[in-house]
Amino acid sequence: MNLKEKYTEQEIWGMIAQIPDPEIPVITIEELGVLRKVEVLSEKIVVTITPTYTGCPAMKMFEDDIVKTLHDNGIENVEIKMVYTPAWTTDWMSEAAMQKLKDYGIAPPVKGTQDKGVLFGSGPKEVQCPQCGSKNTELKSQFGSTACKALYQCKDCLEPFDYFKCI
Amino acid sequence: MTQQDALINYCLRLGDSSLILGQRMAEWCSNGPTLEEDIALTNVSLDLFGQARTMLTYAANLEGKGKTEDDLAYRRSEREYYNTLLSERPNGHFGDTIARNFLHDAFLYHLYTALKNSKDETIAAHAAKSIKEIAYHLRHTGEWVVRLGDGTKESHQKIQQSFDDLWMFTGDLFEMNEVDELLIKAGVAVDLNEVKKNWDSTVNEVLQRATLQRPKDDYMQTGRLKGMHSEYLGHLLTDMQYLQRAYPDATW
Repeated sequence: MNLKEKYTEQEIWGMIAQIPDPEIPVITIEELGVLRKVEVLSEKIVVTITPTYTGCPAMKMFEDDIVKTLHDNGIENVEIKMVYTPAWTTDWMSEAAMQKLKDYGIAPPVKGTQDKGVLFGSGPKEVQCPQCGSKNTELKSQFGSTACKALYQCKDCLEPFDYFKCI
Repeated sequence: MTQQDALINYCLRLGDSSLILGQRMAEWCSNGPTLEEDIALTNVSLDLFGQARTMLTYAANLEGKGKTEDDLAYRRSEREYYNTLLSERPNGHFGDTIARNFLHDAFLYHLYTALKNSKDETIAAHAAKSIKEIAYHLRHTGEWVVRLGDGTKESHQKIQQSFDDLWMFTGDLFEMNEVDELLIKAGVAVDLNEVKKNWDSTVNEVLQRATLQRPKDDYMQTGRLKGMHSEYLGHLLTDMQYLQRAYPDATW
């Protein structure tokens, strides 16, 4: 069977774009910017993804979920290609995805605050509490529950929360 | 030596240093001084394993003998490892770990900054990706060095001792041999003398802020370019490799 005659790249993209992030199920691999490219060759489908963080354990799940979703659609021969360049950045996240993060209780990345100065006092200036909206918040730790998040606390409602780091 | 052999060796150096330091950080899991710090130390471990994986996968592909990154991680002995001597130093107390990682983070930060322009596409992409993670590691350890150094009398004295004890392993970070020579000519590797200048400036800045003394360059340990290590690496490997050695090819 020639896959090229059966599927377009958009169709394949549509099948897998809605796969959710296993850690943050409200956003999809498309919104996250992990899904980069789909190629339909005559004998196989090649899906190109890029990791958020090099050691992110979710990457294996993304791969498995993509393969499984395509298998469920009757496509057996799937190759997953991992690319590192251009390096993943939170700038690829859409406004809609950022809003979803916020609604889920995770403060979205503050765009344009990539850390230029590496040492001391860098990092986002103002992170808004996703619960009460206060900007009176405090960084507790650069490292949070997953590689992509930092731990903050709101000084008004006192609620601790995750901040999706801007990289 | 062919350029291909040199490149494999170079990738092993990068991959092994991340792997071994990652394993050291994993030893902190559930032993951190606070919950937040425990999470931070193991997050760093995870990043380092990810970085190691990229380089070891690349090395295995270049070798072309059908090996995987797991074969390289689990089936080599001490003398086949090319990690920095600093990365294998035991964790000691929290200050020892912070001092060791700070020196190593600053090294990787400046090395990868330079390697972003490598003519080898995989290494350049790996460097550009890793630098984002290492920036967080360096900020984390840099801030701790200042807190401990400029903290109490006891914390100051302890972390000064950590730096004094670790200093003799810093010379090894910048040693080069024919592998570097070959790859620098090809535009793949970078001159570590240049990296050292930037490392010096970061280390000096942070130590000064932390009211700590930079130890004097005296006798320096050497050997990793030849796969010569301290006794600690063997012990680390027996722990890390136990399962694959005892039950070869075991999978989840």
